Amino acid sequence: MADDYILELDDVSKYFGTVIALQGVTLRLKRGEVHCLLGDNGAGKSTLIKTLAGVHQPSSGAYRVDGEQVRFNSPREALDRGIATVYQDLALVPLMSVARNFFAGREPRRKMFGVIPVIDMNYANETARDKLAEMGIRVRDASQPVGTMSGGERQCLAIARAIHFGAKVLILDEPTAALGVKQSCNVLKLIHNARERGISVIFITHNVHHAYPIADSFTLLNRGQSMGTFAKRDITKEEVLDMMAGGTEIQSLVDELEGRAA
Amino acid sequence: MSAINESVTNMIHSNRAKAPEEAASTDERVRKISPWRVLLDRPELGSIAGTVLVFVFFGIFAGGSGMFALDGVINWAQVAGYLGIIAVGACLLMIAGEFDLSMGSMIGFAGVMVAIPPMYLGWPLWASVIFAFVGSMALGALNGYLVVRTKLPSFIVTLAFMFILRGLTLVLSTGFANSTIVSGIGDKFTEDPVVSALFQGTTLHWLFSALAGMNLIEKLPSGDPVVAGLPKVLVWWIVMAVAAGFVLARTRFGNWIYTVGGDANAAKNVGVPVRRVKISLFVLTAFCACLFGVLQVADVGSAAADRGLQKEFEAIIAVVIGGTLLTGGFGSVIGACFGALIFGVVQIGISYTNIDSDWYRVFLGGMLLLAVLFNHYIRSRAAATK
Ligand SMILES: Nc1ncnc2c1ncn2[C@@H]1O[C@H](COP(=O)(O)OP(=O)(O)OP(=O)(O)O)[C@@H](O)[C@H]1O
Ligand SMILES: [Mg+2]
Repeated sequence: MADDYILELDDVSKYFGTVIALQGVTLRLKRGEVHCLLGDNGAGKSTLIKTLAGVHQPSSGAYRVDGEQVRFNSPREALDRGIATVYQDLALVPLMSVARNFFAGREPRRKMFGVIPVIDMNYANETARDKLAEMGIRVRDASQPVGTMSGGERQCLAIARAIHFGAKVLILDEPTAALGVKQSCNVLKLIHNARERGISVIFITHNVHHAYPIADSFTLLNRGQSMGTFAKRDITKEEVLDMMAGGTEIQSLVDELEGRAA
Repeated sequence: MSAINESVTNMIHSNRAKAPEEAASTDERVRKISPWRVLLDRPELGSIAGTVLVFVFFGIFAGGSGMFALDGVINWAQVAGYLGIIAVGACLLMIAGEFDLSMGSMIGFAGVMVAIPPMYLGWPLWASVIFAFVGSMALGALNGYLVVRTKLPSFIVTLAFMFILRGLTLVLSTGFANSTIVSGIGDKFTEDPVVSALFQGTTLHWLFSALAGMNLIEKLPSGDPVVAGLPKVLVWWIVMAVAAGFVLARTRFGNWIYTVGGDANAAKNVGVPVRRVKISLFVLTAFCACLFGVLQVADVGSAAADRGLQKEFEAIIAVVIGGTLLTGGFGSVIGACFGALIFGVVQIGISYTNIDSDWYRVFLGGMLLLAVLFNHYIRSRAAATK
């Protein structure tokens, strides 16, 4: 039964000194589903995601991958299990080239003179360029520094990288935050394609128009606690909007503004 | 609202099988490479310009003095070689975002580790040389471990070791030799063929003789070349520089060095073993310092408590002149080598001119300031495009 879930957090808490970032959170990611994490600023979404990604270790509670209890000591260990993450701060190095960033930590190698292992720069450049092109970002030269790219382009680079390496699970922390409409659509398409390929996705967004069409289920976090998980068939878009912080406030604001305009 | 929803849903479900090229070609933007990027690509540019400047300067003021005769060249090249060896290590470490201020003291400490066991404890020289390398690298690992463990700035941790090692060097040399100098070790080097072949004197004698025979280099009246061969310190410098440059530019570990120095948190998040990279580089700087110390002991024939004094600063200056950012993430081994070359040329060159050699430090300080301003300019340009 537990096998239905690829990732499971069971009653997980995370403390930073006196700060309670997460309190008894239970989250189950089904195999092949797109799971959307909702919540106000500071609700603990990034902390939850970083716990899944191996950046943080839970202060208490269990973390299971494929039903097997794990304790990741570094993001590398999570990556080795096929769990790739796009962090809110993207984890890119501005002074390094697009290709070197794309493959940082997992550099493709070839043997020079049949013995010396060197980075396969041609492969790295081509792959980085192609994967970005799939997202609608055209880089003529993958050896240009990331510092020369726009915020949205960087976000696409980070996403393209995670999709390339996320063999089993893709974790995205506000992947569409800095993106235009078209690039946002591209990202949603990529999430959809990932699901088609059997990859499970968990992502954070503050945008209901991004969350509702693509997600299969929703988990709401509030002040470090989970308010429950809801399947899409059990919930309307308006209810999702309500669950997102300020949903009702927005609606009353809209009513108020429309009332005034009329 | 629902209209947007629908359009998004449609976009998701349509053209998902589109080929990547096709999808990309709908985006007409082709990025332009801005001209400053060419500069950014070449961190060593400043140091190459500086080297040319220094050569022109001494060409004018010391052109006829023998500074550019073969023995003069070997003279300043040797100074550059010693500094170059430690600059190579300091360069990789600084790209990874850390400093090692204990390098100079490590040179002195490695010297007594080599000299004292054979002179006072009856060890064979080869054993004490291995002991010095292993001991230095262990100390380097300790430096690195303390830095990554405490997350204190490496500046302060290695500053402590700068004093600890210098003090220990003094304690050991006065304790055993009753003097700040441990002498008599030169003969032990000459007696050990392997150690001598590795670290002592010069090499490529046949080449220099042949060149002299063909009148391509200057000869003594006896017909021998004025310089017997290439000093081993230069061979070591070249080997270290080529190896480090290769590792940095071409290998996975090199990419990790850049990532760690560029953003240690990002490096950790993408799965780079940040601690391992940093500790290995502290081991490397210790190795370089030890190599410096061993070569110097072999050359001078003694170890002394004040060896390598202030060399850590000279190494950092050479690296900074070479275009490496003090904040890490960007730099070049070739640049650091040119930085070391500038040092050698200026330090030795001044004595060939009429200029008072007291001006040497003024000159270097000026070069450092220029280099830092130049690098800062480049970096602020890089930051401006964020
Ligand atoms: N490393 C840390 N040390 C101390 N406190 C932290 C740390 N990381 C997060 N916190 C705290 O934990 C709480 C949750 O932070 P988190 O980043 O998970 O929020 P979030 O839901 O991602 O918010 P946002 O929508 O703004 O990204 C915040 O109050 C934050 O101050
Ligand atoms: Mg967050």
